[in-house]
Amino acid sequence: MKQSKGLAKLVVHLVLLCGSVTFLFPLLWMISTSLKPIEQTMVMPPQWIPKAYYAVVDGERIRVKKLFQLDRPFLIVRVTEGERKGENHFIPAEDYSDGQAAIEERVSDRVERIKVPAAIVKEAPEGWWYVVQKFEKQYATEKLKWDCKAEEEIESKVHLYFNNYSEALEYIPFFTYAKNTLIICILGVLGAVLANSIVAYGFSRIEWKGRDLFFILTLATMMIPFPVTMIPLFATFRRLGWIGTLKPLWVPAFFGHAFNIFLLRQFYLTIPRDLSDAARIDGCSEFAIFRRVILPLSTKALAVVALFHFIYAWNNFMGPLLYLTRQKTFTLSLGLQFYQSQQGGSEWHYLMVASTVVVIPIVILFFFTQKTFIQGIATTGTKE
Amino acid sequence: MTKGERRNLRNGLLFVSPWIFGIGFFILYPVLSSLYHSFCDYSVLEPPVFIGLTNYTDLARDAVFWKSLWNTFFYAFFAIPLGLLIALTLALLLNTKIRGLAAYRTIFFLPSLVPIVAMAMLWMWIFNGQYGVLNYFLSLLGIRAPAWLMNVHWSKPALIIMSFWAIGYSMVIFLAGLQDVPVSLYESAEIDGANFLQKIRHVTIPMISPVILFNVIMGIIFTFQIFARPYIMTPGPGGPARSTTFYTLYLFQTAFEDLRMGYASAMAWILFLIILGLTLLAIRSSRNRVYYAGAR
Repeated sequence: MKQSKGLAKLVVHLVLLCGSVTFLFPLLWMISTSLKPIEQTMVMPPQWIPKAYYAVVDGERIRVKKLFQLDRPFLIVRVTEGERKGENHFIPAEDYSDGQAAIEERVSDRVERIKVPAAIVKEAPEGWWYVVQKFEKQYATEKLKWDCKAEEEIESKVHLYFNNYSEALEYIPFFTYAKNTLIICILGVLGAVLANSIVAYGFSRIEWKGRDLFFILTLATMMIPFPVTMIPLFATFRRLGWIGTLKPLWVPAFFGHAFNIFLLRQFYLTIPRDLSDAARIDGCSEFAIFRRVILPLSTKALAVVALFHFIYAWNNFMGPLLYLTRQKTFTLSLGLQFYQSQQGGSEWHYLMVASTVVVIPIVILFFFTQKTFIQGIATTGTKE
Repeated sequence: MTKGERRNLRNGLLFVSPWIFGIGFFILYPVLSSLYHSFCDYSVLEPPVFIGLTNYTDLARDAVFWKSLWNTFFYAFFAIPLGLLIALTLALLLNTKIRGLAAYRTIFFLPSLVPIVAMAMLWMWIFNGQYGVLNYFLSLLGIRAPAWLMNVHWSKPALIIMSFWAIGYSMVIFLAGLQDVPVSLYESAEIDGANFLQKIRHVTIPMISPVILFNVIMGIIFTFQIFARPYIMTPGPGGPARSTTFYTLYLFQTAFEDLRMGYASAMAWILFLIILGLTLLAIRSSRNRVYYAGAR
């Protein structure tokens, strides 16, 4: 019996471990891609860890990039006669015969193929790599050294290309986007905490005629899908001249939200009545009871509301898409989607940089508030 | 009404006054005007013109509307039950008093925190037909996989697979429900000779039935409004051959690209009714199966 329990535990661990790897892998892959140069993103089989490569080219050990893998035999030939004597060329093996190599020559704006006498310098079989000198800066003007190398001739070292992050800044105005996002998040959190805590008090600590009916109506509004209110809201914000500003994204938070009202009301109901009654006998006004008795006891629940709203506002995509029109006012989410749709989607390393930048702050926030957060979610589902 | 009652009414209304304004301005007024717009020709730039049921009769003949409805139902039909099954399985495994529970829970929850735009981009990269890491893994198993998002038949399954990655919220809610089940129930089931599966079937499932219902309803509400993922991941009119034109995506295109706001409002109301209908169906069909500990 005991042995089978131990075995069962082991199986559970094994399943959970496999699950964990599956769930974490996409995130690790995102980070790994964000730290690679573009040519290392476009290889099959995928390269798991970003690397720097070194090889001996022209008798000198230099940093190189593996540009592509040869899919058929190639030759490096040196021209032996004529005005191009001494030049090295990289040609497919079938383009060389009887001491003659077919090379490409640029004639004004066209490219013509000409035959020149040439000698073989090196034979590069299928599976070798065409390597080029790699500079830290892309815009080197010197002529790049190149060569063909077998896998074993290329040394590799783990290297994280953190400069992707600063380079991505040239294409994506992160700081502007982050500033806009933070404005929406912070003002929204302020509004959500303020409004919902006050409104929830009215729904739980004071008894008045029609309260419960109004509360049911409030809960019912959670069922209404956003597309129903979307168009009239857009029209209203347009009339107010708010389209193109951040206002539609944070002002509504100052008027409460059904879900948060519900969450706080449930919490307020657990605070003993005697506490408010005692304060009332002492002559406290309703607002004073709210401020001095209820609020200090509800910091945890308020933190849940603040967290939920922050994450909602940080992640929101449809709202910014509807209301923001100028790039200057874009949030991170909208800005990144804008960048992605502009560049058409092949610079995966920059796209993963952008994704990592949006994810990291939320993950950090989560790690510091994990307990409150998880409890908050658990409460929403089980306390009805 | 006594003096005290009157004072309470005044105070109560004072406290909820922000929300009275909020519900009126941001919900009730928009809901009613959207209902009215659904019977109008309306472009936002000009005032609405009443045209009766025309929007609704036009919708009935709109092939893209039916296509979007089919796409959404297809997606929901797989994404909701399978997603909940995965979430429940993980929660059950985590509820075995296992060491490292908090670490596992964090790992399974983490993906659900990833902002939708980042999630969309990440999965576009994973699903990439040429250099996608998913197809690499499948090739190791000898499977020649499709180009997922570019493929008429596989674009919806791709989005369904991706949705399984973000089931953290329902998993946490399930786990909380499981932890509330009294241990004594399991003990007495064990005394009666119940095995693992029997305990799940006869103790766990009935005891967490309210939580299951809650997750199903949330699943319906959110899944039927799927928008950002297809919008970002399958640009253009909605994927290859409109295979990822989901309902809300088509609604958005109608409203904000074609400026047919009346038509879109009619669509929004149909969506509302569908969600309402399915939710009521879920509640009704669970009436005899959901067990509320506090209820009599």
